[in-house]
Amino acid sequence: MSAAEDVVTEGQAVEAVPKRVMTLGTGTSLVVLAALVILPVFVKNFIIFQMTMLLIYGLAVLALNILTGGSGQFSLGQSAFYAIGAYTTAVLMEQFNVNYALTLPIAGVVCFGFGYLFGQPALRLSGVYLALATFALATALPQLLKLGYFEGWTGGVQGLVVTKPDAPFGLPISQDLWLYYFSLAITIAIYVASVNLLRSRSGRAFMAIRDNEIAASAMGVDVALYKTLAFGVSAGITGVAGGLGAIAVQFVAPDGYTITLAISLFLGMVVGGVGWLPGSIVGAAFIIFVPNIAEGISKGLSGAVFGVLLFLVIYLVPHGARDILRLVERRRT
Amino acid sequence: MRASATVNILLAVRDVSVVFGGIIALNGVSFDMHKGQILGLIGPNGAGKTTLFNCLSRLYQPSSGDILMEGASILTRPPHRIAEIGIGRTFQNVALFPNLSVMDNVRVGAHSKTSSDIISDSLRLAWVRRSETSVNKKVQEILAYLDLEEVAHTTVSGLPFGTQKRVELARALAADPKILLLDEPAGGLNHEEVYVLGDLIRRIRDDRHMTVLLVEHHMGLVMSIADHVVALNFGKKLAEGTPAQVQADPDVIKAYLGSKDQ
Repeated sequence: MSAAEDVVTEGQAVEAVPKRVMTLGTGTSLVVLAALVILPVFVKNFIIFQMTMLLIYGLAVLALNILTGGSGQFSLGQSAFYAIGAYTTAVLMEQFNVNYALTLPIAGVVCFGFGYLFGQPALRLSGVYLALATFALATALPQLLKLGYFEGWTGGVQGLVVTKPDAPFGLPISQDLWLYYFSLAITIAIYVASVNLLRSRSGRAFMAIRDNEIAASAMGVDVALYKTLAFGVSAGITGVAGGLGAIAVQFVAPDGYTITLAISLFLGMVVGGVGWLPGSIVGAAFIIFVPNIAEGISKGLSGAVFGVLLFLVIYLVPHGARDILRLVERRRT
Repeated sequence: MRASATVNILLAVRDVSVVFGGIIALNGVSFDMHKGQILGLIGPNGAGKTTLFNCLSRLYQPSSGDILMEGASILTRPPHRIAEIGIGRTFQNVALFPNLSVMDNVRVGAHSKTSSDIISDSLRLAWVRRSETSVNKKVQEILAYLDLEEVAHTTVSGLPFGTQKRVELARALAADPKILLLDEPAGGLNHEEVYVLGDLIRRIRDDRHMTVLLVEHHMGLVMSIADHVVALNFGKKLAEGTPAQVQADPDVIKAYLGSKDQ
């Protein structure tokens, strides 16, 4: 009846991870880091490229994880932010000759702006309605990119070819390997910053809003501000991922950033574990490799095989990769 | 009952009316809260207690009248800017952040007392670390005060109801409020727990120099710890005075206590 009574009955959109277990232990982190640093030296260029994409999608999934796992807001529109980031980088590099490394922070800031602005109308929506609004964004953007009005910059339907950068300082490594390490450095920096953010006052405000908006507001949390900030941060990180993706793939075109990408990222987040940041990379691995595995099992029925694999994941490890880690830990003790 | 100079008035409710459609939920209610007082707000169901409470926490906008905190109107403030002027609250059926630990719940309570921005937080700059350290110290002190140290790192959703209520109190205390608004704190507690709660509320008032507004159904609790009682019925103030005075008021007996309780 009264607003105060509504507070407790309000449904919870996202079941969250307690903050203490949000990250990996120091030991596990070091092992993962060592693997990520050493492994590419011994593999073929194509695998290096796939590992680079793994990091890039990992970043995009992480960004969604901050938004959904952190602040409890759904988004099926991450492909739009990814596209804006990719195009920012591509246009700056190819039309304005800006150094590739410089384009990434610009892509991040531009996407932060877009995300923050999009977060304003999204404030009035929650749950499935918000998901629908972001879905609309994802559907609309590829067509906007094709518009003749921007064609001089974006290349219209044709897209833009992006030049792959050489390793700097005359380092004797391939372009692919350099791009991998470059992406790795950015991924680690963003991961650490994200963990810091979620552990801080701002992150607690996100999670307080996720758990109970009215109580958060009574504690002095500006719900509208932090909800839009979460959108901004998520979009900004997605934009950096998109920029890196454009460099790695060496090509941007409107049809590379359809709703399918947004759904894949959403899938990656669920498979990795909603709210569990290290799971982002596992989720990214799922969306990159599992379709290939499915195709390997049956060419004609790859979609069905993928579906079955997805069902298995949901059924066996409903909290995603976090469940697997928990099982391993239990086995050990 | 107190020699109440106006200087001592912390919160003044002035002629507040709330109208929902055609229903008058509150009709010209006025009373003052003095520093250090425990004020009990009583009344039968639908009397307007919760409506008044929600006006104080800015969830409802009064149709007329004013609410003054230390002389300044709170009605121009959005709900999230109430905590910063020293008004803290708990909720009727507990509204914690269920997925956060006890400690994090209480840390969120300190939100209005601290500041930060997302960039400094992401980089964990020195001043952010200093601010976190002082928040943690404060939180530890409150957890110890309310005997919650053992569950500090436990996720709130798994705790017994009584403990959750204490966590909510701790969260409200983290902002060092001048006024603590308690919405039916005795709800869902057994006889013994209510007794302990009464003691705790009085202890908080004395130790931490707070003023308490207690909206409560449990007459035993109100009558035993309140210094001053305001009784509402059908949105109007029925009586005001010491617990004994209000308890003896014939209108109050008729409206609320009835023949069963007395």
